[in-house]
Amino acid sequence: MIERSPIFNIVTYATMILGLLLVLTPFWIVIVAGSLSLQEVSQVPLKLWPSNHLLENLEVAWTRADLGPKMINSLIVAVGVTVGKITLAALSAFSIVFFNYRARMLCFWLIFITLMLPLEVRIVPTYSIAANALQPFQVILDTLGITWLVETVSGVRVGLEWNLLNSYTGLILPLVATATGTFLYRQFFMTIPDELVEASKMDGSGPLRFFFEVLLPLSRTNMLALATIMFVSSWNQYLWPLLITTDRANFGTVVMQLKALIPAQNGTPDWNVTMAGALIIMLPPLLVVALMQRWFVRGLISRDK
Amino acid sequence: MERRAYYRNGTLPWLLIAPQLILVLVFFYWPTSQALYWAFTLEQPWGGGNSWVGLSNFLSIFGDGRYWATVGRSAFYAIAATGISMVIALTLAMFADRALKGTKLFQSVFVWPYAIAAPAAGVAFRFIFAPEAGIIGSINEMWPGIWNPATNGGHALAMVIVCHAWLGIGYNFIFFLAALQMLPRSLTEAGAMDGARPFQRMIDLQLPLIAPTVFFLLIMNLISSFTDSFGLIDVMTEGGPINSTEVMVYKLYVDGFKGLDYSGAAAQSIVLMLLVIALTFVQFRWVEKRVHYN
Repeated sequence: MIERSPIFNIVTYATMILGLLLVLTPFWIVIVAGSLSLQEVSQVPLKLWPSNHLLENLEVAWTRADLGPKMINSLIVAVGVTVGKITLAALSAFSIVFFNYRARMLCFWLIFITLMLPLEVRIVPTYSIAANALQPFQVILDTLGITWLVETVSGVRVGLEWNLLNSYTGLILPLVATATGTFLYRQFFMTIPDELVEASKMDGSGPLRFFFEVLLPLSRTNMLALATIMFVSSWNQYLWPLLITTDRANFGTVVMQLKALIPAQNGTPDWNVTMAGALIIMLPPLLVVALMQRWFVRGLISRDK
Repeated sequence: MERRAYYRNGTLPWLLIAPQLILVLVFFYWPTSQALYWAFTLEQPWGGGNSWVGLSNFLSIFGDGRYWATVGRSAFYAIAATGISMVIALTLAMFADRALKGTKLFQSVFVWPYAIAAPAAGVAFRFIFAPEAGIIGSINEMWPGIWNPATNGGHALAMVIVCHAWLGIGYNFIFFLAALQMLPRSLTEAGAMDGARPFQRMIDLQLPLIAPTVFFLLIMNLISSFTDSFGLIDVMTEGGPINSTEVMVYKLYVDGFKGLDYSGAAAQSIVLMLLVIALTFVQFRWVEKRVHYN
């Protein structure tokens, strides 16, 4: 502290407490409402202190929204996307930074520019490609005349098809490409001194060994940060799973189930169950962020600086 | 710094980057080119492929008053949500940066909204703002009908914007605080020596110095309001009542997947895409150049 300013200190605390209330109120209301009975939750004004029905509401929400299997789906997708993103980001950045080939900047820009194409703006065509992920290759074959050639020679029509709808691959694969991850890894790899590369070359290690035994251990902090961010964002995905799973019973994720928990217009207003369900669904990423805060804040910042 | 030590290998770098390149081509560039193709063509009603229609898909959405209403609404949404969220986060960051005793505790809580899925927050806020239940319900009892997002479009839009702004607090706070903490302490001390009080230093010294971060976040928030609003709106209002919360990304979804008008939806995708690209360019070119004080 530079000077003593008791009044301003009070203002500081007051503002931060206001901020705390602002941030915590929604959480508090979710917890309180989730612990009330149906009768209590319909009371106006709402009780602002938790009651003792939390466990039973959690149970009702759990069975009503079928959260058991959905949790597992969400976990598979979130972990799959996270692992996939980190792997691809590290490999691509390694290729771009430590090898000298002419097209490497082009490759980097091809990946980086995808930042400007968020999923939401290309949902319609991306959906069509999920119905057949090999569609671009089919078109290439068709336009090059290869389909025609093969058909006249062998009589077999080449029809490439790979449907991703209602599958874990479909839920995960389109989300795995990552511009931010690649960028973050590239920034980190660029800080690795040349001497380290020279030294490991002199010790006779090839590029892959250098990658696994030098670079990966060095990038552990980066990896944790990236993992936190990626886990949270993929757990919280809503639009993509909504589109790609028509078979919700088997491939739905928890976030998709939120809507099913909202009381119907003229049904029983059991918001207590809805809130208990929301609590379950928001908890995993919240725990990850709370526990990993130190790492992930560093990751977010270095990403865009 | 230019790297001098490289590995030499003909195929290995390509093998390493191939998976990502393939994914990017298949799931980003191909759909984008498809969107362009659909935007300029129209599917024949009885099959037989698409026929070239030039700009007519664009002309028809631009000639549609409902589309312009959506654009105006999206702009209002983006500006309001961005403004509220950034002002709150900046204020909190400024005070947290003073690092008084106990600040760490506040700091970690201010980050929490970042972790919450938009639809989950949407459900919570829908309950908080439900006219018949809990909190707002008591106000409605005093003045019946003063608040009802289920029938009043303005109320519904306000509810969604407030929720979006709340969700953004965590992300914005992290960046503001980091930017503030990176300022050299000597500057603040020099300001204090010249007699600037803490509040004055915030406004006249720290705020101008973190201008680059402010602009960076401004763009990021605007982009996020244009794209991430989907989950919130779908859970909270489904675009209603009477389309009063229908923003661009939601209309695009409804037209494409409910109305099966691929050409119209593709044209809307292109418009939204250009908007995002334009904002990103502003971010990279203009902001990076002009707003630097160090």
